[in-house]
Amino acid sequence: MDDDVLLEMRGITKRFPGVTALADVSLAVRRGEIHAICGENGAGKSTLMKVLSGVYPTGSYDGEIMFDGEPVHFGGIRDSESVGIVIIHQELALVPYLSIAENIFLGNERRGRGGFIDWNRTNRDAAALLASVGLDENPVAPVIQLGVGKQQLVEIAKALSKEVRLLILDEPTAALNDIDSAHLLDLLRRLRDQGITCIMISHKLNEITAIADSTTVIRDGRTVETLDMRSGDVSQERIIRGMVGRDLDSFYPDRVSEPGEEVLRIEDWTVWHPVQPRKVVDGASLNVRAGEVVGIAGLMGAGRTELAMSVFGRSYGRDISGRLFMHGRQVRARTVAEAIDNGIAYATEDRKRYGLNLIADVRANVSAAALGKLARGGWVNGNEEIKVAEESRRDLNIRTRTVMDQVGTLSGGNQQKVVLSKWLFTDPDVLILDEPTRGIDVGAKTEIYAIINKLVARGKAVIVISSELPELLGMCDRIYTLSAGRITGEVPVAQATQENLMALMTKEKELAG
Amino acid sequence: MTSTKPTVKAELAPSGSAPSVALHAGTSDPRTLIMRNLQQSGIYIAFVALVLLFAFLTDGVLLSPDNITNIVLQYSHILVLAIGMVILIVAGHIDLSVGSVVALTGAVSAVIVIQQDYPWWLGVLAAIAVGVATGAWHGFWVAYVGMPAFIVTLAGMLLFRGLTLQVLDNISLSPFPSQYNDIAIGFLNGLLGGQGYDAFTLLIAGIAVIGYAVSVFRTRLARIRYQQSVESFPLFVVRVLLVAAVVMYFAWQLAHSRGLPIVLIILAVLVIAYGLMTQNTVFGRQVYAIGGNLSAATLSGVKVRKVNFWIFVNMGLLAGIAGVIYSARTSGAQPGAGNMFELDAIAAAFIGGAAVAGGVGKVTGAIVGGLFMAVMSNGMQLEGIDQSTQSVVKGLVLLLAVAFDIYNKRRAGATR
Repeated sequence: MDDDVLLEMRGITKRFPGVTALADVSLAVRRGEIHAICGENGAGKSTLMKVLSGVYPTGSYDGEIMFDGEPVHFGGIRDSESVGIVIIHQELALVPYLSIAENIFLGNERRGRGGFIDWNRTNRDAAALLASVGLDENPVAPVIQLGVGKQQLVEIAKALSKEVRLLILDEPTAALNDIDSAHLLDLLRRLRDQGITCIMISHKLNEITAIADSTTVIRDGRTVETLDMRSGDVSQERIIRGMVGRDLDSFYPDRVSEPGEEVLRIEDWTVWHPVQPRKVVDGASLNVRAGEVVGIAGLMGAGRTELAMSVFGRSYGRDISGRLFMHGRQVRARTVAEAIDNGIAYATEDRKRYGLNLIADVRANVSAAALGKLARGGWVNGNEEIKVAEESRRDLNIRTRTVMDQVGTLSGGNQQKVVLSKWLFTDPDVLILDEPTRGIDVGAKTEIYAIINKLVARGKAVIVISSELPELLGMCDRIYTLSAGRITGEVPVAQATQENLMALMTKEKELAG
Repeated sequence: MTSTKPTVKAELAPSGSAPSVALHAGTSDPRTLIMRNLQQSGIYIAFVALVLLFAFLTDGVLLSPDNITNIVLQYSHILVLAIGMVILIVAGHIDLSVGSVVALTGAVSAVIVIQQDYPWWLGVLAAIAVGVATGAWHGFWVAYVGMPAFIVTLAGMLLFRGLTLQVLDNISLSPFPSQYNDIAIGFLNGLLGGQGYDAFTLLIAGIAVIGYAVSVFRTRLARIRYQQSVESFPLFVVRVLLVAAVVMYFAWQLAHSRGLPIVLIILAVLVIAYGLMTQNTVFGRQVYAIGGNLSAATLSGVKVRKVNFWIFVNMGLLAGIAGVIYSARTSGAQPGAGNMFELDAIAAAFIGGAAVAGGVGKVTGAIVGGLFMAVMSNGMQLEGIDQSTQSVVKGLVLLLAVAFDIYNKRRAGATR
């Protein structure tokens, strides 16, 4: 396949003290294609993109980059942008209180006479760019008013304003719901048809098979293979095989399901938004039994996290009403401490913001929610604490040199295991896992699934909240669907399909629309 | 990162013994070992270098018995404030009012003891009670109303300065009775006699050294019992002997001057108590958790409001103690007392390695940071450098200390 190559990276090797992040990586991207890059976390995808965009300047790595037939040397992001390479990072880099138009032209302002900003031109150009990405918003509206999906579109509009030729998207749909994701993928197809080449890093293999023209698989800092996807016969399993170097014979490990006594039940649970006058959760009732995994499916904004956090010591919302039962007895859990005492644990969907103290070590994070168990008369037994952390490290296979390492230095999957360790150490009866596998690689996902199965086998009750329906179908015994704060269905897994779940998850909206 | 292993290992079965050998593995690379130690102990090394520098420049006057005694007496109140301040900074707060609180507590004490002729200890108790009350006031607004500490304590700084002026009626009060003054300038000497030196001072220091040796040895035994890595035994002995030598030298010098300052005993008790409290109690550890990630701490069941309230109360308590010490040293209360003390205390915490964003910092670090500034001021005074230059140097040192901290973090981040 000797097509017209826009970008070629040859023999890229990047070393950090003690680690070789990239070893002789090559990448060839054809003009006008969508090129997916996949690999497990830590495989080197982001490092490769940082080399390409000039974050790591020429000289800090070995190998060469050819762009449009010319060798290029970038000293920084400005250099790569000047030839039309624009990268959109996973964490969006928009200024929340500035307007859409100001964000689009940030650092690239539309100036008039005397160097002052020409607001008319700024807003007019912004409106045109917004139209081209299909975003119907007023350019003077502050970005903070937009949802994540729309912010992503603003980022793309910003890239288009720089006359982009090669657009790099790092996990563009990680934070998006299915509808926004579909919208974004449509847009990428349209941009491709307009001649914009696109590199997309993604964990979502269904999206890759749906949209990519080529896929390059990276593993352990090396290029494994580049697959031509245009024929359409490359399966997700095929890609996974390249990523992990093996077949995932059983992606979702089997489990014998023998639910026992009811552990947690909520009845008529209603939660109001903390500031806006609306119900976020509306009359929800559900239960979970010992040895059972119950899923909660819902689109973004359906109130899944809000439901879970309001149950977990009222850590979200106001005017919460409803009844909470543990082991058939009504309990009050008005603070997080009371919820923990009652045997409830909640592992957040956003581990960096709500789950971990990133500047502290593994040990302190593992013990954080149950430090009292390690203390007598308020004095912590530091040796016992290290022992507990070591046991967690071994049992959950947390890959770190020592438990005194900062959690911020671990990969996403290992951070998630630290979060799980923290909650396991509280010895809960019911564990609520909110997006337990978000942003972590395939190998770590299977490990998390195995951990969940072990917990259930020990008689714990588990509630899994997930945006990935295959994950719920693979893990759960029963699935509740949530739409606009209401429970719209309860489906035993044997009868559940992605289609009927999706229908229930969108039920309310269709009625309203 | 290694590739995923073909079999998934996630054993949850409880198994008792042997934490892995990996605890030892982290310390194998000498370069990372040096870097990590430099980050943690940078201030200690800098402090030793500073002491040696000024000892050299002043021909040893810096380390003379009388001068060491002077440093202790002159800066003890700042060190007391720095203990409370570093705890607040770790939790992500600050207290700008401590200078005013020092003035207010001293003033209350002066009114009771000097004006009203009550016994000296009643003044001490009243000052501490007033300090605690100001801390509770700040804690209420910060923890329960949810205001930023910067604003609350800025208001407190004005408020308590104003109250000081009212309590004193705009005039200075002095002198305190000698028992009261002894808190800050008194010495325990002559209790056991001695030939030109004070045996009691040496005895106390000896007891302290033995206590230290026993305590670190027990820690070592416990670590070994838990199969954790410990330094080699010769290294351990060298470390203990080194600490013992420094303490005994210090005591020897004091014993040849006026003996053991009472305020040094107060300070030592506070440092040990707060050092242990911050590192080894649930409460102390929760302070670090709050500063490291407030949301994560909240969702881990930490009672954030309660902790925030009590660390402000604690700051008030320590400001009260500092107020007593300062008023005792000056043997009176002045309307303008304690001016800028808050900045010295904050500077001590940051020079001692506290992070601007919270979550990092130690009581011992803040004490060394405070001593760093004390030795610097004292050394420059001995050298006859004028006040203005001293201020310039202090400012630059604070700037560089925090810049070093940021540089270190960026370095640590870049190697990942």
